Amino acid sequence: MLFTGGESRVTYSRCIALGVSLLCIFWCMLLYMNFDNSTSAMQFQENLTWIPLYGINYHLGIDGISLPLIILTCYVTLLVVLAAWRAVQYKVSQYLAMFLLMQGTVIGVFVSLDAILFYVFWEAMLIPMYLSIGIWGAEKRSYASIKFFIFTFFGSALMLVAFLYMGIQTKSFSILEFYNYSFNETEQIFIFLAFLLAFAVKVPMWPVHTWLPDAHTEAPAGGSVVLAALMLKLGAYGFLRFNLPITPLASYKLDEVLIILSLIAIVYIGLIAIAQRDMKRLIAYSSVAHMGFVTLGIFMLYIIVQNTGDYREAYMSLEGGMVQMVSHAFGAGAMFLGFGVLYNQYKTRLISNFGGVAKTMPVFAAFFMLFSMSNVGLPGTSGFVGEVMILLASFKANFWITALAATTLILSAAYTLWMFRQVFYGNIDNAQVSELVDVHGTDICVFILLAAGILFIGLYPEALLNMYHASVGHLLDLSLRGVPVASNL
Amino acid sequence: MEQTIHTLTLLAVLAPLVGSIIVGLLCMRIPKIIAHSITISGVAISFLCSCYIFDMIVLQGYPAVNFIAYDWVTSGSFNLDMGFLVDQLTSVMFLVVTFVSLLVHIYSVGYMAEDSGYARFFSYMSLFTFSMLLLVGANNLIQLFFGWEGVGLVSYLLIGFWYQKDSAANGSFKAFLVNRVGDFAFLLGMAAILDYFGTINYAQIFAQAPTMAATTINIFPHSPWLVVTVICILLFIGAMGKSAQIPLHVWLPESMEGPTPISALIHAATMVTAGVFMIARMSPLFELSDVALSLVLVIGATTALFTGLIAIVQTDIKRIIAYSTMSQLGYMVAANGASAFSAGIFHLLTHACFKALLFLAAGSVIIAMHHEQDIFKMGNLKKYIPTTYVTFLIGALALTAIPPFAGFYSKDAIIEAVSLSTIPGATYSYFCLLLGAFVTGVYTFRLIFVVFHGEEKMSNSLRQVLHESPKTVRFPLIILAIPSVIIGAVLAKPMVYTMMGLLGNSVYVASSHDVAAELAADFPGTFAIIFSGFLHAPFWFAAAGIFVSWYCYVKHPSLPVQVVEKASWAYKACVNKLGFDAFNNIIFVHGLKKFSDFLYYVTDVKWIDGWVVAGSGNGIVRISNLAKKLQSGYLYHYAFAMILGLFGLLIWLLVF
Repeated sequence: MLFTGGESRVTYSRCIALGVSLLCIFWCMLLYMNFDNSTSAMQFQENLTWIPLYGINYHLGIDGISLPLIILTCYVTLLVVLAAWRAVQYKVSQYLAMFLLMQGTVIGVFVSLDAILFYVFWEAMLIPMYLSIGIWGAEKRSYASIKFFIFTFFGSALMLVAFLYMGIQTKSFSILEFYNYSFNETEQIFIFLAFLLAFAVKVPMWPVHTWLPDAHTEAPAGGSVVLAALMLKLGAYGFLRFNLPITPLASYKLDEVLIILSLIAIVYIGLIAIAQRDMKRLIAYSSVAHMGFVTLGIFMLYIIVQNTGDYREAYMSLEGGMVQMVSHAFGAGAMFLGFGVLYNQYKTRLISNFGGVAKTMPVFAAFFMLFSMSNVGLPGTSGFVGEVMILLASFKANFWITALAATTLILSAAYTLWMFRQVFYGNIDNAQVSELVDVHGTDICVFILLAAGILFIGLYPEALLNMYHASVGHLLDLSLRGVPVASNL
Repeated sequence: MEQTIHTLTLLAVLAPLVGSIIVGLLCMRIPKIIAHSITISGVAISFLCSCYIFDMIVLQGYPAVNFIAYDWVTSGSFNLDMGFLVDQLTSVMFLVVTFVSLLVHIYSVGYMAEDSGYARFFSYMSLFTFSMLLLVGANNLIQLFFGWEGVGLVSYLLIGFWYQKDSAANGSFKAFLVNRVGDFAFLLGMAAILDYFGTINYAQIFAQAPTMAATTINIFPHSPWLVVTVICILLFIGAMGKSAQIPLHVWLPESMEGPTPISALIHAATMVTAGVFMIARMSPLFELSDVALSLVLVIGATTALFTGLIAIVQTDIKRIIAYSTMSQLGYMVAANGASAFSAGIFHLLTHACFKALLFLAAGSVIIAMHHEQDIFKMGNLKKYIPTTYVTFLIGALALTAIPPFAGFYSKDAIIEAVSLSTIPGATYSYFCLLLGAFVTGVYTFRLIFVVFHGEEKMSNSLRQVLHESPKTVRFPLIILAIPSVIIGAVLAKPMVYTMMGLLGNSVYVASSHDVAAELAADFPGTFAIIFSGFLHAPFWFAAAGIFVSWYCYVKHPSLPVQVVEKASWAYKACVNKLGFDAFNNIIFVHGLKKFSDFLYYVTDVKWIDGWVVAGSGNGIVRISNLAKKLQSGYLYHYAFAMILGLFGLLIWLLVF
């Protein structure tokens, strides 16, 4: 995309990148306007033959689950391009090219309706991310990038095996064909486990989360944002696209395991975040804790349906999980971009090196306060919507699930505001802090865009939810196929 | 008419928000006069609307208006809306909130004049007013929670207003965190309501409440609890956080690090009463559970007494009033526990006036003393700041519940109601509240005698420049002093001592605990009660309190020192705030930190990353090293392996 080459013409490459990402936003608007909320069918399909011998097709399509994520991807890329305007001065055109490539592959994952195509995009996405950590990262970048690559690659290998098995059984690699085929219980459990490994690493769920803090800490600001805002969503998207509809019986059998793992993520990782002394690591752990809500929301559906005998009760939990995916992107993305601004000027990540930043950067402090509040889950910000939907729905599953998950109210306030207090409040004891310059120019644009997203979702989540309803209904139908709880509805 | 109230409600709620947003966005660029003009007009509009609504709904008795502003979340069978319910309770709260807020805005023009964050301050205050109106105006729990957390946020921002001070930064953090503990329970309660009632809309919940009275829930295996009991206890824990009830009261003293106008508005008159309001609002549920009511009563009464005790040993003028606030909130909560919701709301109303007055007057003292807050460095101030002195005295008399000041009517009604109550814990609570009246007398007049009477302990240079505060500061004091005197007499009969009084059917009392009806039946008349008040026990307790503090601080100033020496354990217990802070520090702060460190350094870094991840990595390296030896590249190694293999095959063929 960007062959402007060397360091001499960086402005061109910046403008091209900006142009491309704006074009994508425009294209998303078109999609959104032409999207039909009332149907769960795949829309805007494109189906070309790719490798006819094995029945592999270039098959794309969008439904209510993927559309918001696609819009999100374009939005986040725009933010990353804008944020890099001044922050990145080293190999600029390559940096921007990496992120546009990432955008392409991530969208590819969201729109693929062919398993092999999905796998190709899934793996292709690792390359630009690996490079971005490896080239633009901090001191321990090579360790982090290798760890990142091995963890995620390890998970997806089994996914490929599952795809091949399913492809041979159904004589097709179309995901929609997989939905129509019913595997027996043993097959489902194996397929489920293979997927679980791939997606759990990506989300990441406890105990395969340890690659994330390292990757985040070492990645450049843009890398962290894409990692938190987009890549983690792929795991959750995988659960929604493959585990629930293809292996409903196995999901039903194993849902308790997943719920327990999600609760561990919320409580245990929340506690670990309190122990962090490194600002970026703290944000990374908090991001894992918040992702726990996504998986919790997704896998509670069977217990809720079982307890209430009404599948409509499960909507809120599932849609809550999906809202949380989008809102987490804004919350975590904003925190990482905010930190990027600080790190750029003052190359340190240790919380104790800061203090009194609000004095020198008042505008930045105000924005960061809003982002922190979203992270804390304050009503009116995006962070609240998904969490409260899941918490309210979880009471129908079990009181103790709600009680454990709701500890996030206390834990997230503890670590986020403790960090805010240490970094922004207090006296300036460090000469370098007094030399910090407040945000201006493109950085302010980025923050305004982020703040707008956070407030919009927080105040009017209906806009987002309207896209979901039909597809979630269809997903629930698929996920309850052959499951014992569904028979007595 | 309904349409008018609908529009005015939205206008009242949104006007402060608009003011806040304009000033907030432009805070760096606009001069002070514009900043305060915009926000004050916003709140003034809101106040006028509230007056009109109060007149319509409460005085003229139009039916309550209930409407939905917009759908917030619809999902499956759930529907969470933003909407307003304007009934008598809401109208009263609207009036209190906007009235105090308007006066505090005006006061702040003088008080904050020199501050560099002037516009920011006004923006926060208007934002607070908006959130508070959102809270009291809600017609469902989720919007209440919006306001609930919103006021928490603004309180956090304002306590940390002078963020360079470490004490302010820590205080704001503590306030948010402790409130979050309450919110945690509140959210659980809300989830329980949504689960069992299928809705979080007040009207729909209350309609179903009677049918839910006997439903049980198994939280622990094999021990069924009444659902309403569980819900009410959870909601009440939320109220404990917001209304600073023991044991979640620890944040309120620290909140005094914020500017004084904030202490008056947020930490005395409005936000901290949100819990009291919420209990009254949810009265149809609370009335179904004697266990929950009993808990509310006991916690309220305990708070009323013990925080009052702590107030006696404080030396910071604002902290004394802060502890007094907790104690008075305890009275309101106890009133709710005794099912005398109208008395609780009545005390909320009178307390809003006289406590805001006391705080603002204390602010005036603090300006005069150039930000000295230690009462033992003041003395004989009545000579220098007479207006402040007189208004402060009025507030103090109202607080101590001396007839005929406002506090007398409301506090007397509460103590009377608790004495009539028959739910478990009522006797204990009655004695706590009576002793509380004594304690109130002691700490309030200790403050008066030490600050305004006695010898002058300030430095000479300060004495030269002591003078009364500017007009914008004095004006709200005088305005607030008026209701602190008369509002009790005006509202006592219609609000508390009448069957279906001003609050009408907006609060619900089950007939089995209808103490309010008994109060109404025995009511001798507004003026007659003043004289009978002199014969009631609460008056004698309060008077004894005043006498004790006069004796200790005017007559024999050496006495307190001797008391401290003689009863040093009691003194220490009070100075250490009965050990709550120490306990929290050891268990929650240090304990949790240790535990998190353990989880991080041991489980995450050492076990998962060290043993499992790096371990499997090393394992693979070891296996591949072994495998590497097999591929040595030497032909004779391979030939040797082939021969071995052939032998093996031969043996296998021969044997089997």
